[in-house]
Amino acid sequence: MRPILECQSLTKKYGSDYALFGVDLALGRGQIVGLLGPNGSGKTTLIKLINGLLTPTEGRILVDGQAPGVETKKIVSYLPDRDYLSRHMRVKDVLAYYMDFYKDFSAENSSRMLDALEIDRKARLSSLSKGTKEKLQLVLVMSRNADLYVLDEPIGGVDPAARDYILQTILTNYNENATILISTHLIADIENVLDRVVFLSAGQVTLNASVDEIRTDYGKSVDTLFREVFKC
Amino acid sequence: MPWDLDNDRPIYLQLMERIQHDIISGVYKPGDKIPSVRDLALDAAVNPNTMQKALSELERSGLVYSQRTSGRFITEDETMLKKMKTELAQQHIRDFFEQMHQLGFSDDETLEMMQKTLKGEKQ
Repeated sequence: MRPILECQSLTKKYGSDYALFGVDLALGRGQIVGLLGPNGSGKTTLIKLINGLLTPTEGRILVDGQAPGVETKKIVSYLPDRDYLSRHMRVKDVLAYYMDFYKDFSAENSSRMLDALEIDRKARLSSLSKGTKEKLQLVLVMSRNADLYVLDEPIGGVDPAARDYILQTILTNYNENATILISTHLIADIENVLDRVVFLSAGQVTLNASVDEIRTDYGKSVDTLFREVFKC
Repeated sequence: MPWDLDNDRPIYLQLMERIQHDIISGVYKPGDKIPSVRDLALDAAVNPNTMQKALSELERSGLVYSQRTSGRFITEDETMLKKMKTELAQQHIRDFFEQMHQLGFSDDETLEMMQKTLKGEKQ
């Protein structure tokens, strides 16, 4: 089966600086992948390239065999690393918005998650706390029945209890053919739910291995390995 | 409640151990159906593929068998269950002696201390 995401010698330059340099990467379906790397290593650049918000300087990026565009946006559910919803909207308006936009949006799933997280549908976004807004955005993204979920720092701003719920949400809502790519610094929190990890360092892939391969080969957790590899 | 897992060892191995432990301690009885991969993964808060691997390994060892449509079951082979129990006990004993060696006690000294402890004597 063809990979859901494929990068071939993918390079992105900002001015004369390389954000990504010659990245070759293929992700198969049905896995949860951690995209890990220190600040400025190119994680968000890669994620923006997947979503067509940036175009490659050189090389190619393919989502389900196609260059990012209208067709790939139908199958990619993207959680950006900042909030992108209008502050003046109410939760229920945002839900209606997503229903209109995405054929694969499940109102049933979103309702269940909103109830569990006790998010008031009548509340205006401007009245929600930072953490609640993040939860809402994650609910929107995970309520879609997508082939590829791209989550940029999904758990950074929420408390540990909500973090557990969010990880559970991710585990419950993804189907066996979907792939989830998660970028995060909170490795220890998500390590157990990952199939594999990709380490990015200064715009290059330095490691692409399964969590259990790392534990077998190095005798340490991904979190510990990361701290050693990227020691300041 | 997520399962309590160590950081430095492969996750699937720890999942296997946990399920073996659940079988020995009677959470699952011989012939019991075990929950689906997805439910077990959710309960443990681990990746479903990792849980799948743990169950496949248990299946390979014969401790668990699958019936094509109805799911996975614990073996009813009492000899095998007894063997697993013995092996686990031996492992614990080896670990214990290893720790005592690190504390500087020989096997004989350790045995002597164990007997005294059993008799309730103070060292």
